Amino acid sequence: MQVAEGRYTINVQLAQMLKGGVIMDVTNVEQAKIAEEAGAVAVMALERVPADIRRDGGVARMSDPAMIEAIKNAVSIPVMAKARIGHFVEAQVLEALRIDYIDESEVLTPADEECHIDKRQFAIPFVCGARNLGEALRRIAEGAAMIRTKGEAGTGNVVEAVRHMRTMNRETRHLINMPLEEVTAFTKVNGIPYELALKVRDLGRIPVVNFAAGGIATPADAALMMQLGCDGVFVGSGIFKSANPALRARAIVKATAQYNDPGVILEASKGLGEAMAGVEIATIPPNELLAERGW
Amino acid sequence: MIGILDLQGGVAEHREHLEYLEVGCVSVKKAEHLKGISGLIIPGGESTCLSKLLEIFSLKEPILAAHRNGMKIWGTCAGAILLATEIGGESPYFSVMEMAVQRNSFGSQMDSFTTEALVDGVDTEPIPLVFIRAPKIIRVGGNVRILLKMGDYIAAAESADALVTIFHPELTNNSAFHRYFAAKCGEAFAKAKLLADPGWRETSWMGSGEQSPK
Repeated sequence: MQVAEGRYTINVQLAQMLKGGVIMDVTNVEQAKIAEEAGAVAVMALERVPADIRRDGGVARMSDPAMIEAIKNAVSIPVMAKARIGHFVEAQVLEALRIDYIDESEVLTPADEECHIDKRQFAIPFVCGARNLGEALRRIAEGAAMIRTKGEAGTGNVVEAVRHMRTMNRETRHLINMPLEEVTAFTKVNGIPYELALKVRDLGRIPVVNFAAGGIATPADAALMMQLGCDGVFVGSGIFKSANPALRARAIVKATAQYNDPGVILEASKGLGEAMAGVEIATIPPNELLAERGW
Repeated sequence: MIGILDLQGGVAEHREHLEYLEVGCVSVKKAEHLKGISGLIIPGGESTCLSKLLEIFSLKEPILAAHRNGMKIWGTCAGAILLATEIGGESPYFSVMEMAVQRNSFGSQMDSFTTEALVDGVDTEPIPLVFIRAPKIIRVGGNVRILLKMGDYIAAAESADALVTIFHPELTNNSAFHRYFAAKCGEAFAKAKLLADPGWRETSWMGSGEQSPK
C-alpha cells in the first residue's frame, strides 16, 4: 500500500516547523527533560549516544521501545528514534509506537547493504543521512521527508559535516547552472533521479528541510553549519558527553537561533566547561567510518 | 509594517504570504525590531523552544509592552499556545488571550491532518487547514470571539487585539488569514479579491532558484 501524497506533504511540513532548531540525542527521561528545558526542538531517543556505540563496537540496533515510550511520555516536543538502514520491520515497530519521526541511521549497524527502507510505504516521516546531493535525492525518492548530513557521528569533529554540506552545496550549484542537455549525464554519474534533478534546478535546493549532523560539539560548530546553509542541527554525543550538558545545550540552541550574529555566538560560547573529547578522523580505521554505511 | 518573530519555526512561510499581499514585513530577532510595527506574527514551531528563546533573547517584556501600546499579535499553532491564559496545568506564557489550550491534543505526527472549512468573515470560500501536532482550544473567555469551532474544540478565535489559529494558514496557498490579520492591524494590502495565491507552492519557503547556497 502506497501512502497518500498529502501524508508526505504534511510530514515535510513538520520538518519545516523544526527549522532553526536543535534536535538532541537523549538516552533516558532525565536527559530528555534537560534537552526540552534547554530549548531543544525535538529529541532523538536512543540507548547509547554515537560516541558510546563507536567505543563499544558490536551490533547497534533499534533501542528498546519501552525506553523510547518513556521518553515520549515525558516531553511535549517531537520524539524521533533510529531504525537500522534497510530494517523495515524496526521501522514498522517505531511506527506502531507512534513516535513523530524515524531516523534511518548509519549510526546503527545496517541490516541491508543493498536496499534502504521503502519509506513511501509508511505514514510516519523519515529523516535520512547523506554525504552528497545524489545520496540525498535517492533517499528523497525513497520517501525521506527530511535530510541531514551524515558527518561522522560520535567524533565531536565537525569536519565531515562541513565536507558533506559543502559537497551538497557545490553539486547543487553545478546542477542549477548547467545547460539542460548536461543534466542527463550528471544524473547518471551521480546516481540522481532525473525528475528530482529538475526539481532541484527549479527550487535552487533539495526539496525538503536539510539539517546538519555528525560531529557538532560547540555553539560555533552549530552556527557554522547554519551559515553554510543548513536549516537546523542535530547534536548527538556533543551535549551529554560534555562537562555541563544543560548549559551547553542551551548555548547551542541560542547560537543556532541567531547564527548570523557573532555577538550572540560569542556570548553563547563563554564558560561552558569542557566540550566532549574529539576524535581526529584520520585515526579512525576506514571500516569504522559510520558515514560509509548506506549509499 | 508587520513583524514575524524570527527565532525558530515557520518564518519564511509567513513572510511569503505577506510579500504576496504586498504588506511590509520585518524579522523580529531583537527588541529593537519591534519598533514601528502594527502587528506581530508568532509562527508555528515548537512552543517550549520558542518560549526558551524568548527568554534567552529577553523578548517577552518588550513584546508585552508593545502589545499594551496597540501592537496586534497573531499566534499560529505554537504561537497560539504562547498567547493562552491557560495551558493545561503549566504556567501560561504571554497570557494575553483569555482561553484554555491543550498541547499536542490530537496525538503524535501520525495524527496530523489536513481538512478545510468555511470561516465566516475571513473568506467566502472554504479555507484549507493544516493541523501539525496541533493544540486544541478547549474554551474561551467572554471577550474572545470564536471564528471556527470544529467538533469539541475551537480552531480559531480573536479578541480586540489578538488572533489565534491552531492550524497553519502559512502552509497553504490561501492568504485569507494573512489578509484578515493585515486588516486587523490597519495595514493596506494588495489583492483584496478573495482568491488563493496562484503562485504559491508547498516549497515557496525555499525561495527561488536564483539564490544559490554558499
